[in-house]
Amino acid sequence: MSKVYIALQDNEESRYIIEAMEEDNPDATVIRQPAMIRVENENKLVIRRETVEEKIGRDWNVQELHMNLITLAGNVDEDDDQLTIEWKQ
Amino acid sequence: MTIEIKTATLEPVRNTFAHIERRFGDKPATRYQEGTYDLQAVANFHYKPMWQPEYELNDTRRTAIQMEDWYAFRDPRQFYYGTYVQQRAKMQEVAESNYSFFEKRNLADLLSDEVKAKLIRFLVPLRHVEHTANLNNVYGTAYGYGTAITQALLYDGMDRFGIAQYLSRIGLIFDGNTGDKLAEAKTYWLQEEVWQGMRALCEETLITKDWFELFVVQDLLMDTLNYDIFFNQFEQWLRDNGAQDVAMLMEFMQNWHKDTSRWVDAVMKTAVAESEANKATLETWISAWRPKVEAALAPLAEEMLGAQALPLAQAELDKRLNKAGLFK
Amino acid sequence: MATKLNIKDKYRLLTRDLDWDFDYQDRKEAFPQEDFEGIKITDWSKWEDPFRLTMDAYWKYQAEKEKKLYAIFDAFSQNNGHVNVTDARYVNAIKLFLTGVSPLEYQAHQGFAAVGRQFSGVGARVACQMQSLDELRHVQTQVHAMSHYNKFFDGFHEFPHMHDRVWYLSVPKSFFDDARSAGPFEFMIAIGFSFEYVLTNLLFVPFMSGAAYNGDMATVTFGFSAQSDEARHMTLGLEVIKFLLEQHEDNLPIVQKWINKWLWRGYRVLALVAMMMDYMLPNKVMSWKEAWEVYFEDAAGSLFKDLARYGIVMPDYVETIAKEKEHLSHQAWWIFYNFTHASAFHTWIPSAKELDWLSEKYPSTFDQYYRPRFELAAEMEKAGERFYCSGLPQLCQVCQIPMGFTEMDNPTLISYRDSVYKDDRYHFCSDGCKTIFDDEPEKYVHSWLPVQQIFQGNCGGADVETVLKDYYRINMGADNMEYAGSPDDLRWKAWKGVA
Repeated sequence: MSKVYIALQDNEESRYIIEAMEEDNPDATVIRQPAMIRVENENKLVIRRETVEEKIGRDWNVQELHMNLITLAGNVDEDDDQLTIEWKQ
Repeated sequence: MTIEIKTATLEPVRNTFAHIERRFGDKPATRYQEGTYDLQAVANFHYKPMWQPEYELNDTRRTAIQMEDWYAFRDPRQFYYGTYVQQRAKMQEVAESNYSFFEKRNLADLLSDEVKAKLIRFLVPLRHVEHTANLNNVYGTAYGYGTAITQALLYDGMDRFGIAQYLSRIGLIFDGNTGDKLAEAKTYWLQEEVWQGMRALCEETLITKDWFELFVVQDLLMDTLNYDIFFNQFEQWLRDNGAQDVAMLMEFMQNWHKDTSRWVDAVMKTAVAESEANKATLETWISAWRPKVEAALAPLAEEMLGAQALPLAQAELDKRLNKAGLFK
Repeated sequence: MATKLNIKDKYRLLTRDLDWDFDYQDRKEAFPQEDFEGIKITDWSKWEDPFRLTMDAYWKYQAEKEKKLYAIFDAFSQNNGHVNVTDARYVNAIKLFLTGVSPLEYQAHQGFAAVGRQFSGVGARVACQMQSLDELRHVQTQVHAMSHYNKFFDGFHEFPHMHDRVWYLSVPKSFFDDARSAGPFEFMIAIGFSFEYVLTNLLFVPFMSGAAYNGDMATVTFGFSAQSDEARHMTLGLEVIKFLLEQHEDNLPIVQKWINKWLWRGYRVLALVAMMMDYMLPNKVMSWKEAWEVYFEDAAGSLFKDLARYGIVMPDYVETIAKEKEHLSHQAWWIFYNFTHASAFHTWIPSAKELDWLSEKYPSTFDQYYRPRFELAAEMEKAGERFYCSGLPQLCQVCQIPMGFTEMDNPTLISYRDSVYKDDRYHFCSDGCKTIFDDEPEKYVHSWLPVQQIFQGNCGGADVETVLKDYYRINMGADNMEYAGSPDDLRWKAWKGVA
């Protein structure tokens, strides 16, 4: 088992994204660091557009994630509905 | 709470970096200046490039043009990354609303079949020419010299990639997002006689080695003529033929060309003014390439607009060459 | 009614189909660099685009980021943000950044433009071009962030000039010159994969967290803003390696060799980061050793497990690096402490509290090997005999760091290796550097070694002082020497109202 992770800038928008991630990845760990929030999980993390839109209360484009992203580890797959980070082992 | 700082002790010890001060004097500098001048490495390269061992990594000898100071190529727009993307973001916002407006109101349905066919046959294949322009400008960034010109070449290169994508979207508007019209347009590009001169020209530019020569061929010769034909005269033709709505989809390209010409003209003028040798080199290049570019464009211009079109574009080019101080 | 396109199809139609098969010229002549490294590409269309950002979306998102960033820069300088850092000693860390790292961003910009022109696959090309543009952003935002510090502190004012000349700056410079002078695929493994994916977190996260812990808002802001591009770059780096390995089995040994080389090469450059973390931050974030464990041993461990399915193994020398993590920062700082008269930043002996922190973080080495040395130097300083090394150090032919690193089984013995090539003997700091040289001696005999160049009279002066003053353009007595009593120190005390 390997950990994938994503780190976002600690700001208003990220809070909703993190909330959505917590819902869609119940086993994930959220680590709050100065100015930065890191979410990690075994093997896979997913950010779903619909869940983020529900939390944030407006249309949200998956590519908006780039605005708040700091770093990530894992293979990325991005489409209109979600972004997945995964180790394939 | 007031901050207990005596203002006298917070006098800066210097106004700007030393290399900026040497160029512009001891005063606060602009972000364009600090983000541009002397950024590129000039000395003590460690290894010979395996792909070109006869030159250094950064080397002025990759073009026949020679400059006392490569930073003489000041960009009149003063684009550094931040101003560049913010300027383009404004333009794309307008373009986005134009494209959405056009799509939502199904304005394509109002066009005659003749106009639609003409757009697919002549405008959409131009995306391959823009893609060539992307590569030719990025070539200058990779092998050119001095941040002043190499950064502007990258902005131009990325702009062309953006324009190629806008042209592709026009294709998608007309094929209901299936990609059929893009495929049809590519067939014209690859097979139709009228496009073959242009395609051969694009392929020839892609094997051209002198980066400044390539800049002249692409950004001055090809762009002046092409943009006048496709985005000025052809737009007028569309207006005259009941297709003025399509003009909305071309506004980005028109504004872009106006903006970029300001930079291209400044670069040309500076290169010509530098020396007689530069002027002679530029004239030799232009004399050799201009007939080729015109021959490539001639059948397209004629079929799109008639025999009078190319001479009008040529007059535009003459004006710009004259402005640069060439051939006189 | 138009069907809605998903992002993958849309990107393919808008981008991937722009290129064509040539009929009038030889395509190989348009993309001439793809063969000479021995890499075999059978089908570029198999390239998976890492992120499918169209140009208009790029402009939109990046402009948004820039707007936020420059608003903070403006606020920072209007409010004299520099007086809010923990201590002026901290500023030396960002002097090292501007002179040593920012010019690398520029080289990355150039290198990615080159591969962004050379790859014959349009997907890979465009991703590299966007990275080239991002890297230009990074160098410019860094210069703009540091612009304010330059007005109030010494050591920033000649950063591009120094980067081309000063002895320790040839360490990062030669690293990037090495990558750019290689072929396009090696460049991608060197920078796109090894540096951006494997090592970048060790460069940026410590610097940015260091800035956050030390009140440097300008650096934190550009750092985080730049990192938001970095995630795209890391994904590109990973995509490249997977693509090469999936294209042809013959690529595996070549790629593995490059990973081994570039991990070591990059790690040596990070020696500067190691000493920055352990010695230059008044408020410490974590030790170099801890950072290596978190960002390399844990993170890269998962990565290499993932790559194992292609036959990639953990690079050579990872075990050596694991041993060195107990020593690296102390040995590097000692080298700079010795040669501060020739550097454009200040050094100092850690305070008693800092020495205790180091003892705690490095329990198996610090008290035994390094603490006594620093305590002795502190005593000499107190007695008015601040120590500088008067000679010029011998440099490693490959990484160009002065020979100050030791054997790991005997940390009191300097590590020397050498090779003879065409009757000349070349010297190295380590097995890693020697192996790199032995594999491509013809390349590394050309290294522009700053010390040799001084001895050969190529740096415009017979004596060291003239070289420093005229060739390096160090403001003598301001940019260099001990921190205590420096103009930076005196100004800082005046701003803070302390004696």
